[in-house]
Amino acid sequence: MNSSVIIFPGSNCDRDMDVALKKFGFKNKMVWHDDDKLPQSDLIVLPGGFSYGDYLRCGSIAGKSKIIQSVIDFANSGGLVLGICNGFQILTETGLLKGVLQQNKNIEFICKNIFVKVNNNENKFFENIDKDVLELHIAHNEGNYFCTEDELKSLEDNNQIAAYYCSSDGKVDDKSNPNGAIKNIAGIFNKKKNILGMMPHPERMIDQSLSGEDGSIFFENLLKNLK
Amino acid sequence: MKVKVVVTLKSGVLDPQGKAIQQTLNGMGFANVKDVRQGKYFDIDIDESDEQKAKLSAEEICKKLLANQVIEDFKII
Repeated sequence: MNSSVIIFPGSNCDRDMDVALKKFGFKNKMVWHDDDKLPQSDLIVLPGGFSYGDYLRCGSIAGKSKIIQSVIDFANSGGLVLGICNGFQILTETGLLKGVLQQNKNIEFICKNIFVKVNNNENKFFENIDKDVLELHIAHNEGNYFCTEDELKSLEDNNQIAAYYCSSDGKVDDKSNPNGAIKNIAGIFNKKKNILGMMPHPERMIDQSLSGEDGSIFFENLLKNLK
Repeated sequence: MKVKVVVTLKSGVLDPQGKAIQQTLNGMGFANVKDVRQGKYFDIDIDESDEQKAKLSAEEICKKLLANQVIEDFKII
């Protein structure tokens, strides 16, 4: 399976993502933001970081970069797109995903392990995953997901909420909400479920000696679903 | 001509920085400060002499880039 990771000036999780994708068997290519064509890919990843220094709003400038139109075309034709952290922010700024990531409620940069409960298995990202509570890592200042009431209703009605922040035993409550995200939302899909944006970093949880391995479960499962 | 634009959060949208500023002001003795909302200000030089045209451009600029209309409003002043 071929994947491509887009690098923006200020991306800083692009190489971690490259390592993770290759570790689980993807043939990955790195694509510069100033290119206008994507290599043949089964998966496009917008990585975490601070694209364009987070100027104006997180992800807003990257959302207008040269490569983005190709990503939008790829996504609209049903291609699989994954946006992690800043990648999620970019996806909301392009309009491919609803809502916006606001500053964390407590005005602090949060960097810690959290748990998420997978909410929807009927998609290429989470189908057949054998764990529904994953321990992942977050590192962000703007991860507080917000959308209008109408948008939230539409996300819920179309089963577009991918994962909720939860406790280690899977309880979705205020205590396990790290950043004030509406309804504990950690990640969402588009209507067709071929685009996933989420704040937690699975690529940081792929080695037991460094962190944990729930990210491995995510990537192994994703590759299996694509084969 | 120069166009000035102010982008602010819509009412009802949480503004944690504004809240922190308000609490700091209260702590400094400005007890009468009830609320603070933080926004952004842009000074844009548009190569256009017709005011109406410049403002139309500015409006498009705001809609397409400067404001995220999910949470922000803009005002051309």
